[in-house]
Amino acid sequence: MRILSAVSFAVLLSLTVLAGSLAASSAASAQGAGLEQGLQKFTTDDFSDTSEGIGAVAASGNPRAADILGALQDGRLMFDAASKTVFIKTAAGAVVNAATGRPAMLPDSADNVRLNNRLRGALDAVMGTLTLLSPDPAKRLDAAQAVFKSRDPKTLPALGTALAREKNSRIRRVLQEARAAAILSSDGADDAAKVAAIAMIRDRGDQDSLALLQSLPKDSPANVREAASAAVARIGRSLEMWSLLQNAWYGLSLGSVLLLAAIGLAITFGVMGVINMAHGEMVMLGAYVTFVVQQVIRAYDPSLFGYSLIVAIPLAFVVTGAAGVLIERSIIRFLYGRPLETLLATWGLSLILQQLVRTIFGPTNKDVGNPSWMSGAFDLGGMTITYNRLWIIVFAMIVFVALLAMLRFIRLGLEMRAVTQNRAMAAAMGIRTARIDALTFGLGSGIAGIAGVALSQIDNVSPNLGQGYIIDSFLVVVFGGVGNLWGTLVGALTLGVANKFLEPFAGAVLGKIAILVFIILFIQKRPRGMFALKGRAVEA
Amino acid sequence: MTEKATTSALLYLDGISVSFDGFKALNELSFVIEPGEMRAIIGPNGAGKTTMMDVVTGKTRPDEGDVFFAQGAYDLSKLDETEIAGLGIGRKFQKPTVFEMHTVEDNLLLALKNDRRVGATLLWTDSAEQDDRIDALLDMIRLGGVRSRIAGSLSHGQKQWLEIGMLLAQEPQLLLVDEPVAGMTDAETHQTAELLKDINRTRTVVVVEHDMTFVRELGVKVTCLHEGAVLAEGTIDQVSANERVVEVYLGR
Amino acid sequence: MSNAFRLTRLLDRGAAIFLVLLGAFAIAMPALNLLVPASSPLHVSTYLVALFGKYICYAILALSIDLIWGYAGILSLGHGAFFALGGYAMGMYLMRQIGARGVYANPVLPDFMVFLNWHALPVYWYGFDWFPYAALMVVLAPGALAYVFGWFAFRSRVTGVYLSIITQAMTFALMLGFFRNNFGFGGNNGLTDFKDILGFNVQAETTRNALLVCSCIALALAFLVCRFIVTSKFGKVLVAIRDAESRARFLGYRVESYKLFVFVVSACMAGIAGALYVPQVGIINPGEFAPGNSIEAVIWVAVGGRGTLTGAVLGAILVNYAKTYFTSGILAPYWLFMLGALFIGVTLLLPRGIVGSIKYGLDRRADTRAAALEEDTRDDVAPVAAE
Repeated sequence: MRILSAVSFAVLLSLTVLAGSLAASSAASAQGAGLEQGLQKFTTDDFSDTSEGIGAVAASGNPRAADILGALQDGRLMFDAASKTVFIKTAAGAVVNAATGRPAMLPDSADNVRLNNRLRGALDAVMGTLTLLSPDPAKRLDAAQAVFKSRDPKTLPALGTALAREKNSRIRRVLQEARAAAILSSDGADDAAKVAAIAMIRDRGDQDSLALLQSLPKDSPANVREAASAAVARIGRSLEMWSLLQNAWYGLSLGSVLLLAAIGLAITFGVMGVINMAHGEMVMLGAYVTFVVQQVIRAYDPSLFGYSLIVAIPLAFVVTGAAGVLIERSIIRFLYGRPLETLLATWGLSLILQQLVRTIFGPTNKDVGNPSWMSGAFDLGGMTITYNRLWIIVFAMIVFVALLAMLRFIRLGLEMRAVTQNRAMAAAMGIRTARIDALTFGLGSGIAGIAGVALSQIDNVSPNLGQGYIIDSFLVVVFGGVGNLWGTLVGALTLGVANKFLEPFAGAVLGKIAILVFIILFIQKRPRGMFALKGRAVEA
Repeated sequence: MTEKATTSALLYLDGISVSFDGFKALNELSFVIEPGEMRAIIGPNGAGKTTMMDVVTGKTRPDEGDVFFAQGAYDLSKLDETEIAGLGIGRKFQKPTVFEMHTVEDNLLLALKNDRRVGATLLWTDSAEQDDRIDALLDMIRLGGVRSRIAGSLSHGQKQWLEIGMLLAQEPQLLLVDEPVAGMTDAETHQTAELLKDINRTRTVVVVEHDMTFVRELGVKVTCLHEGAVLAEGTIDQVSANERVVEVYLGR
Repeated sequence: MSNAFRLTRLLDRGAAIFLVLLGAFAIAMPALNLLVPASSPLHVSTYLVALFGKYICYAILALSIDLIWGYAGILSLGHGAFFALGGYAMGMYLMRQIGARGVYANPVLPDFMVFLNWHALPVYWYGFDWFPYAALMVVLAPGALAYVFGWFAFRSRVTGVYLSIITQAMTFALMLGFFRNNFGFGGNNGLTDFKDILGFNVQAETTRNALLVCSCIALALAFLVCRFIVTSKFGKVLVAIRDAESRARFLGYRVESYKLFVFVVSACMAGIAGALYVPQVGIINPGEFAPGNSIEAVIWVAVGGRGTLTGAVLGAILVNYAKTYFTSGILAPYWLFMLGALFIGVTLLLPRGIVGSIKYGLDRRADTRAAALEEDTRDDVAPVAAE
C-alpha cells in the first residue's frame, strides 16, 4: 500500500516538474538512475541543463532529493566537471557525495552549481511540492503557503496527492487554496473550475488573494472576470475592516502604554497637585531595573530567564517607589503650594537622574531581552497580534484594576481619596497628610517603575527613555481630568487610538501635532479635562 | 421676560437652581433686593449663600432661573465677572482677598473707578484728584497710618476693611459682602457695622453673616437660606422666632 | 513735570546703573576687540565677542520670560518656540542672501530645497529676501502664534501648571513639525551656511562686533519696554492678577486681555532675541524648539530673581557663562548634575533669586527704618536716625 502510494506520487511528480523538459520515464526503474541522471546535468555548468537536473532529481523520488535541492537552494551544491561528481557541503562545513550521502573529499577543481532567478523560482516550487509530504506539519503548512504564492499550475498533481493524504484540516484548507490558485493560473482548467477557485480564494481574503485575483489575465472569459472583480471588491472591504481592527489594536496597545506611563502621574497630580517632571525618569529607572535583573539572571542561571520580568516587576516597584518617597521627603514637601516651582525642581531632578544613569550604564541602548512567552506573534483573522503588545495591554489593565481596587478597598486608598477631595478636612479628621503625601508619591513613582518594566519590552532602554513619554502622559492626564482614574483610562485609550488612526492619513508626526492641537482646543471647552471634579472641590 | 420690564428691584432672583455633580447647591432660590436696601442673609453651612453670590457676580452660571439687575435692565446670567463688575456690583470674599504684594494705597488705586482697558492702564498717570479720593477712602476705613505698607503684612481685620475700602473705591450700586466680621474683635465688629450702615446711606448692600449679634446690630431685613432656598424672611425678631429657622440654624 | 515724573518712574537707581553698565559693555567689547592689538592682555578675542553676543540674546529671552512669569504669573515652558520662530525668520532672510553662492548655485532656491528636488520657492518664503519684511516677520510670526495660542488659553482660563504643560506641548509640536523636510524649513539640519547680513559678511570681525552692539541696544530697548510696562498701572494690574486673579476679575479688569497683551509683547521680544542670535551662532535648527531649552531659559530667570528685570539678565548671563565654562572642561560630564542641582537648589533655597534676595534684604531694612520713623513722628519726637 505504502509502496503503491509512493510510486504513484513519484509518477505525479514526474508529470509535474518534468513537463516540457524531461521525457517521462518509468518511475520504478528510474529511482536510482533518475537521480544519477539528474546529478549529471549539474556538472555541465549550463542553466538549461541545471533546470533539467532539478526536474530529474525531484522526479527521481529518491529520498536524497530534498537534501540535494535544499543544498542547491542554499548555494552549498558543488560539482566537479572532471569527475562528473556532485557534492554537498553540509551546513556544518563537511562534504558528502550528493548521490550516496557518504563523506567525500572535495577536489580542488570543484565549483558551485550556479543559479539564476528563473531557476530559483522553479527550485522553490519544486521544494514546495517535495515538502508537501514532509512528516512535520509546520513544514507542510509552510510548503502549502509557498505553493499558494507560486501559483504554479505545474504543482497541481502534487497538490492532489498531498490533499489526498492530508489529515490536518488547517493544512488541507491551505492546500485547497493553493490548488485554487494553481487552477486560476493554468490555461487548461475550465471556467466553472476557475469560478469555484475564485470563490475559494475570495474566502481566504488576504493581501495575497487580492494580488492573485487582480493579476488575472484580461482575456479571461466574462463570467470568470466578473466573479474575480466581485471577489476583489469583497476582499477589499474585508481587508479594510481588518486594517481598521489592526489599527484599533495598535491604538489600544499604544493607549495601554500611555496608561501605564500616565497613571502614576495622575495619582500624584490628583492627590498632591504636584506635577512631577521626573516621572518619565522613574519609568526609565524601572526599565533599568529590568536590565539589571536580566544581567544577574544571565550571569547566574540563564534557565530562569523566563521569569526575569516577574522578578523585575516587584523589584522595580520597590526601587522606584523608594526613590519616590525619598524625593518627596527631600524636595517636594518643601514646595507644596508652589506648583510651578515644583515643576522646575523636578525637571532638575530629571536631568540629574538621566545623567546618573548615563554615568553608571553608559549612554547607549541596553539590551533587554523578551522572555520566550513575550516574543512572537499569531494571526487573528486578518490581523497580526504580537505577544509583547498583548501582554502589555493585559498588564496595563491589571495595574489599572489593582489600583482602582486599592483606592477603593484599603485604608491608604481611602485616605488618599480623602486628601484629594479636601486636604484641610482630611487633616482635621486625623489623617496624617504628610505621610499620605509621601506614600502617594511613592505609589505614583512605583507604578512608573512597573511601567518601565513593561516599556523595556517594546522600547529602547536608554537614559532618554522617559523623555519620550512625559509630554504624552501629561496630555493624557490633562485630557482625562484630574482626580479620576477612569478619566486617565479613557484619556489614554482615546489618545492612543486617535494617534494610530491619524497616522495612516497624516503620518506619525503630523498625527501627533493634530493630537496636540486637538488637546489645546479641547482644553478650551473643558479646562479641567473630561472627568473633572466640579464645584468647590476645584477651588482647593 | 415680562418681569424684566416690570420689576422695580435692583437685584431680582427668580427660581435659581445650581447643581454640582448632583448636589443641589441652589434649589429654586428667589428673592429681591430693592434699591437702597440693606439685607442680611443668614443660614447654616451649605445653605447656598456663597453660591448665590457666585451666581450674582457671574462666577457660576445658574442651571435654571433668572437673575436681573437694575430694574431688570441686565440679565446677569448672560454676563461674565468682568462685565458684571463693570455694571456696578462689588463683591467682598469670605476669605479676605486683597493684593498682598501691593501697598494699601495701590490696592485702592487699582480698585478706583476708572477706565479698565489695557491701553488706559498702560498710559495712566497720577493725578491729584485720584490722590484725594484715596485719602478719603483711607480715612473711612481707618487705614491712613499704613497707606504705604504692603497689604500682605496687615492684620486680618485690617485686610477685611481694606477689601471693603476697595469695594467702595469701585463706586458700585450694589455691594455683596461675605462674612465681613469673621475673625474680628467685638470692637472691630461694632466699627464694621457702623461702616456698613454708613455705606448703606448711598448704596445697596447685601451682607452674608453668621454672627447674629452683628446682624442684630445692623437692624435690617433678614433672609434665612436653607438647602438652597429661602426658609424665612423678615425682621431679625421674626426670623429668630421662626420654628424652622431655630431648628436648622440657630439651635434651641 | 509729568515727563520728568515718567522718566524717574522708568529709571530708578538700579535700572539706571544697569543701563550705564550695559552701555559701557557695548562700547568696551568692540573697542578691546578691534582697537587693542591681539598681543595685549587687554585684547578681547572675537570668540568672546560672539559668545557674549549670544549671552545678550539669551538675556533678552530671559527678560521676555520674566515679564510674564515674574509679573503676571504665567509660567511658559515653551518660550523657546517664539525665540526659534524669530530665529527662523532671520534664518530665512540669511538663506535668501546666499543667492547663487550655495553648493547647487541656484539663485533662488536654498540648497536644501534643490536637494529635495523642489522646483519653486514655497509661498511662505516669498519676501524674505527683503530685510524689512524679514524683520517684520521676526516680530509678527511669534506675535501671531502667541496671540492665537494666548487667546484660546487665557479666554478659557487655563492657568498654572496646565498652561505650563500646554506651552510645552506647543513647542514640542513645533519641533516635530520643523524636523520634517516637507515643512520647507530645512528639516533636521535647519538653516545654515549663511554668508551675508545686509551686505556684510556674517563671519567678519566687524560684523560680529556690530551684532553684539545691536544685541546690546535691543536688550536696552527690551529692558525699557519692560520697565515701562511694569512700572505703569498696567504693571500693577499684572501683579494683582498674578496674586489674586479672581479679585482682579471682580474688580472689573478683563484679565484675559491683560494676559494676552503681555504674552504677545513677551513673545515678540523672544522673537527678536532669536533673530539676533541666529547670525551670531550661524545656524538655526529644530533643536531650538526642544522643550528642554525653554525650561532651561526659565531657570536663568529663577536664578537671577523673577520679578526683577535686572535679575533675569544677570541670571541668563551667569548660567550660560557657567555652562560654557563647565561643558568645555574636564567637568563636562558633570554639567547636567550641576544644572539639575541648580534647578532644585534655587527653587528650594533661593526662591527669590539673586537680585530678588538682595532687593528683599534692602527693602526690609528700609521698612524697619520707615516703621521706626513712623513711630517717632507719631509720638511727636524729633526723628532719630534708626539703626
